[in-house]
Amino acid sequence: MSIFEAIRSALTAIGANALRSALTMLGIIIGVAAVIAMVAIGSGARERVTSQIKSLGANLAIIQSGNVTQGGVRLGAGASSTLTDEDAASIIREVDDVVAAAPVIVTRAQAVYAGTNWSTQITATDLDFFAAREWEVAEGRLFEPEELRRGEIVAVIGQTVARNLFGETNPLDQQFRIRNVPFKVIGVMAAKGQSALGQDQDDVIFVPLDTGRRRIVGRNYARDRSVQTIMVKFASEQAIAPGIAQTSALLRQRHRLMDDADDDFIVRNLTEIANTATAAANTLSWLLAAVAAVSLLVGGIGIMNIMLVSVTERTREIGLRLAVGARQRDVLAQFLIEATTLATIGGAVGIALGVAAALTIANIAGWPSVISIETILIAVGVSGMIGVFFGFYPARQAARLDPIEALRRE
Amino acid sequence: MPLIEAHELSRVYDLDSGRVTALDCVSLEIEAGELVAVMGPSGSGKSTFMNLIGCLDRPTGGQYRLDGVAVETLSSDGLAELRNRKLGFVFQQFNLLPRVDACANVELPMVYAGTERRARRERALAALGRVGLAERAHHRPMQLSGGQQQRVAIARALVNEPRLLLADEPTGALDSRTALEILGLFQDLNREGVTVVLVTHDAEVARHARRVIRFRDGHLLSDTRQQPADARAALLALDAAAAHPEAAA
Repeated sequence: MSIFEAIRSALTAIGANALRSALTMLGIIIGVAAVIAMVAIGSGARERVTSQIKSLGANLAIIQSGNVTQGGVRLGAGASSTLTDEDAASIIREVDDVVAAAPVIVTRAQAVYAGTNWSTQITATDLDFFAAREWEVAEGRLFEPEELRRGEIVAVIGQTVARNLFGETNPLDQQFRIRNVPFKVIGVMAAKGQSALGQDQDDVIFVPLDTGRRRIVGRNYARDRSVQTIMVKFASEQAIAPGIAQTSALLRQRHRLMDDADDDFIVRNLTEIANTATAAANTLSWLLAAVAAVSLLVGGIGIMNIMLVSVTERTREIGLRLAVGARQRDVLAQFLIEATTLATIGGAVGIALGVAAALTIANIAGWPSVISIETILIAVGVSGMIGVFFGFYPARQAARLDPIEALRRE
Repeated sequence: MPLIEAHELSRVYDLDSGRVTALDCVSLEIEAGELVAVMGPSGSGKSTFMNLIGCLDRPTGGQYRLDGVAVETLSSDGLAELRNRKLGFVFQQFNLLPRVDACANVELPMVYAGTERRARRERALAALGRVGLAERAHHRPMQLSGGQQQRVAIARALVNEPRLLLADEPTGALDSRTALEILGLFQDLNREGVTVVLVTHDAEVARHARRVIRFRDGHLLSDTRQQPADARAALLALDAAAAHPEAAA
């Protein structure tokens, strides 16, 4: 019997018990749909984490001013202002594999333009910052080294600020005020989206480090060279750990700390945090896939069950087929193909439902929907294999029937 | 060379309750072209004999040659091929596939013979024509009467041009008139050269065979030849009686 004919005969048998076949397929349908939807959701979540990490910039460490102890009182992180832009410069000079080290001062302030105003984050930094964050301007330009050196009153703004402060107006070369200081917009950054913590990264105004220190933050920082944080970008992930160790040693030396004194700074490895988030997303994907796989297994058992019933019901038919010349392998093939057809049809419907579910959920959650061809191929393959695997035992039962016994069965 | 050569054929079953000898050293020959009735009460060994000559079972002792082939040496695939090529079965319960039409039922043995699709259809329709059901080829078994279903089954048995038609109580599920029609069909086929073996417990059926073989307790009891009753003539007589009830009275 040709395979094509066997499939046709299997379809006839499946159609003869349409309701029963449909219910049996439902197990596979739900299983396959669950696998596709869950894998899509899992990879969507992972994709989101990855893109957030990417938006942060790879291989970053952030150094914050740390705790200082004054007369036995520990003042907590950020209490001191021990870091300086000179620290940042020496990190670039002396630590291996450092691509960028950006001194950063962050504050909040009200920006005013024409009739509107907008409270936003002001980040005072230098060009290393944009290198570290792998962030480019969409329009206009970044700061010139000369502007940084002289502390000129220019600003590069984020997309959110551009929208809220300038509306339809092209912000380039417009003047706006921060604390009554008139800044000229020289550039607009490309959109960066949400950070891993859900913060809008585009709601920001960048100004040259010195300009920010003198004109916006005010006197406290004006006399010294202190900064709040230094953002360090390493050349590779492997370079981060030794780089951080070198940096710590360098800063302790520069800050003249005694051997028994605590660090007056804190180094955070952002890649480590990112990796943890990725690992969590991976665990989530595996968990979802495992749950879906279990439902696929249950669907397979349903097929095996119904095939066993079918073999019992059709014992006389099997006897007849053997009597007119079917060999054992013909009967085996017949029932295997029937089970596989059942599973494959279920798989096809499951794929359609799974893709629809994945798209819907991705749409609602605002995630990227990741439906890969691989997932679909695997789902088809697995449902076919389920048919073969769970169909084999019933089919072998059928093939091993004694024709005389089978014909006598009522 | 005889079509069927059974030499001291035995079949012993090993059951939990002990050894049961269903068939004990039976030797007989059937020539091509014969119409033979195999008779006996249940437990006489006639079904066992039929299973053996039908290659559904293998003997535990003795030799059996079907058309010159030594059956006891064959594998289960070999037996299947022999059943497919040389034998046609007709059963009491017809055993048609309920979900496909008459034509597809008749095609079934050719499916396992590997016959090409178009040739299969042609030959199935021809076989249905031979049993007088050409115009019912696309009816399902449910839409056919018992006699018609048995005709489909006979067409299925004939379609691979078998050397032997083996019928197990073929009229057991039919009324007496339809039974006569089916027996008439067997007689017609026999006249056309088909070898027919009828297995039955019914003496009325056996009357239509030229040779009657009787079994009892696994032994051959008798092997007689007779002038067969003519099923067609009996049908004509029945019709005449129906047309003129007063003549019959």
